[in-house]
Amino acid sequence: MAASLLEVRDVTKRFGGFRALNGVSLDVREGERFGLIGPNGSGKTTLINCISGALRNESGRISFRGCDVTRLPAHQRTRLGIARSFQIPKPFTSMTVLENLCIPLEYAARDVARADVVDEAMAILRRMSLEDKASLLPGRLTQVDMRRLELARAMAAKPRLLISDEAMAGLSSAEVDALLPILFALNEQGITIIMIEHIMRAVMRFSERIAVLDAGEKIAEGPPDEIVKNKDVERAYLGE
Amino acid sequence: MKKGLPLLIAVGVLLAALVATRLVGNRYLYFAGYVIFQYVVLATAWNILGGYTGYVNFGTAGFFALGAYTATVLILAFKAPLPVQIVAGGLVSAVLGLGIGYLTLRLRGVFFSIATLALALVLQTFVMNWEYVGGAKGVSIIRPAAFPPFASYVEFLFFVMAALAVVSAMAAWWIENSWVGRGLAAIRDNEEAAECMGVPTLRLKLLATVVSGCFMGVAGAPFPYYVTLVEPVSAFSLDYAVNSLAMPMIGGTTTWIGPIVGAILLSTAQQVATVTISSELNLLIVGIVLVAFVLLAPQGIVGLVQRLAGRRRA
Amino acid sequence: MLSLDLLLNAIVAGILLGGFYAAVSLGISVAFGLLDIVNIAHPVFVVLGSYIAYALNSALGLDPLLTGLLGVPVFFALGVVVYRLYYASFEKTGEESLRGLVFFFGLLFIIEVALLLVYGVDYRMVEAAYIGDSLHIGSVGIALRLLVPCLVGIGMTVALYLVLSRTFWGRAIMAVSQDSQALRLMGANPVRIKTIAFGLSIATASLAGALLIVIGPVEPSIGREYIGRVFAIAVLGGMGSIGGTLAAGLILGVVETFTATYYGPSWALAVSFGILLVVLAVRPAGLFGR
Ligand SMILES: Nc1ncnc2c1ncn2[C@@H]1O[C@H](COP(=O)(O)OP(=O)(O)OP(=O)(O)O)[C@@H](O)[C@H]1O
Ligand SMILES: [Mg+2]
Repeated sequence: MAASLLEVRDVTKRFGGFRALNGVSLDVREGERFGLIGPNGSGKTTLINCISGALRNESGRISFRGCDVTRLPAHQRTRLGIARSFQIPKPFTSMTVLENLCIPLEYAARDVARADVVDEAMAILRRMSLEDKASLLPGRLTQVDMRRLELARAMAAKPRLLISDEAMAGLSSAEVDALLPILFALNEQGITIIMIEHIMRAVMRFSERIAVLDAGEKIAEGPPDEIVKNKDVERAYLGE
Repeated sequence: MKKGLPLLIAVGVLLAALVATRLVGNRYLYFAGYVIFQYVVLATAWNILGGYTGYVNFGTAGFFALGAYTATVLILAFKAPLPVQIVAGGLVSAVLGLGIGYLTLRLRGVFFSIATLALALVLQTFVMNWEYVGGAKGVSIIRPAAFPPFASYVEFLFFVMAALAVVSAMAAWWIENSWVGRGLAAIRDNEEAAECMGVPTLRLKLLATVVSGCFMGVAGAPFPYYVTLVEPVSAFSLDYAVNSLAMPMIGGTTTWIGPIVGAILLSTAQQVATVTISSELNLLIVGIVLVAFVLLAPQGIVGLVQRLAGRRRA
Repeated sequence: MLSLDLLLNAIVAGILLGGFYAAVSLGISVAFGLLDIVNIAHPVFVVLGSYIAYALNSALGLDPLLTGLLGVPVFFALGVVVYRLYYASFEKTGEESLRGLVFFFGLLFIIEVALLLVYGVDYRMVEAAYIGDSLHIGSVGIALRLLVPCLVGIGMTVALYLVLSRTFWGRAIMAVSQDSQALRLMGANPVRIKTIAFGLSIATASLAGALLIVIGPVEPSIGREYIGRVFAIAVLGGMGSIGGTLAAGLILGVVETFTATYYGPSWALAVSFGILLVVLAVRPAGLFGR
């Protein structure tokens, strides 16, 4: 069994009196393709926020590559190799698409020389079919391209673990089919990927293992074919 | 060429200032020129935090006066030379920036702004109660004798302020075009995303606050020799807070040239206007122009010019 | 020597002052605490209220509290206009942080200088029957010019609390402050609710201004002394908690009066700044925050 890359232990996150996450534990292995699903408001984004450091969890522990990162600020976690996309895109609005990618390349990416930053950014844009839009401001992009930019910017941090928070929402099925191979290829290169997605067809096809959140608790975990058959999961999605 | 140009302009401005001291006889012009350059420094300093990083500092008067009073103390205690005053004024104000920044910048940005709002008033209270620097009455400072090539000490101060303006503009230019400036811009655009993309946001914000505060203190340090009567009301004048913020907002906040354009236009206009209209009316006009620009031309004059130029080219 | 009389007098004066501070800060608690609008011009609106009370008092002899009350709908309308402008220019495009702040700073400055141009730098005051008198309970003196503002301030706090917790619009305002997204899903228009809330916040400035000029003479830049105070109170009170605002106002009033009594009045101004910094550094949620 491969070593754990990311270890989440009993993580709890409250907003005021409301528990958005309640004792969630996860293990993601090096090189794995991991799916995270759950109904709206179940806490998926909150969990990602805790893992990436955008939010601090009140209790529980998060380790990455064996180091405890629970108290580390987000930028240091990014430099260790955790990168995430935002479900609601948060581009750098005054910068062009290309410059958006230069920020993580300059600040987070390991082993990218300063001279190669622009070439590297163009390479990622090409991969995401955004190269024509390199010199546009994000405000001029379509919603679909904006999501691509989110993913591209996360890729530019050269992560070991890439977390994609609903990068496919709003994409046509042809566009989903175009994006999946890119993620598969990244995974081939050794990047571990956590995919959060409501598009079941995509998560089921992509993931080797899936965890299901409901109301802040993990209710199931296993390979896709088991998850599909799981009664608790069915109940969480359909309601009683 | 792009790298050489600012340096060329810098040297040009300094030479022009030096030549001016040889040619111009009218003493009033040195006083006016000093004020204009002083506002170039203040506006540029404000913009490093406000324009590049998006954090509004309402306490320019506090940082400025701290520089001025640091210099005053150095003069009273040691008769320290002007360069020492300038360095010390900058350092003390930088430390103030670090302190306020450290306490408030970990929270939402507005808390920093709110803290700076109250800052000037509190520092002013301290100074008012401090007998060594004359309390509310203030203290008289005797200007040193003039020395060649300057015909008067005020000419020398004018030249010094011109040099400080050049240094601050170059610092702003460097920040803007370096990794620091790109990180600050990322913070301004979206702080959460910047942090998640590896930008050490807290450290960069503190850096910007320190540099910005430092230059404000530097601008205040020659103040004692300039006015020769240092008293709290004029040293902590709200004019500094308003102008240092209005000038970049009117000139344009995203480039180093914006605050300079704003400072030159606005302070020249004020120098002319105080002669013809009352200083209150003068300030009222600044306020109205400021609000008009924030509402109608958020990119400032530089932005307007760029847009016009872009349209012509397109 | 710590005399008991001095101590008692300081406590009473502090509490009286605190009730008035709450009145000045209520608007900030609504605008900043609930709506997230950093209206740094609020104290100047209060000063504007003072000058209106002054103008009507000196011209027509009207009671300042009455003019303060009459001014409420006018200030409400003013608040509506300011918010509409703010919303259209900044909030809608998400640029409130830099330009929105500068906008309010510009307003602050314009109103202050305009008052200066019209009325000059001289202190102005109002005349009313209760202004000179004071009550004596034992050795403790209670000046009516302090007692009346305190009672009115407490009354305003209670009224605002009832409006926010018992009325339809009040509940809507509380809901907006929690989650404007959810409200939109329910079909309510958050912008409309925020407009009303901001109008309410400015409306409090009319009465607070009347109280300010009852307490003592007023000059155009006096608002600056209140900027640190109102934000210290709003933050200490827990950002948007109305009861917390009153409690924080009382705390600040007492601490300031003690400072003034034992160290000299000029240091009282530094108190709010100190409180603000300490609260931000130690407990940003405030004493009464969630
Ligand atoms: N900053 C916040 N403050 C208060 N409550 C929050 C905050 N962020 C999230 N929540 C609440 O926490 C719960 C979980 O939200 P989260 O965004 O993690 O859900 P999600 O699983 O990502 O949902 P979706 O599929 O819609 O993206 C929701 O009820 C949400 O309202
Ligand atoms: Mg989500």
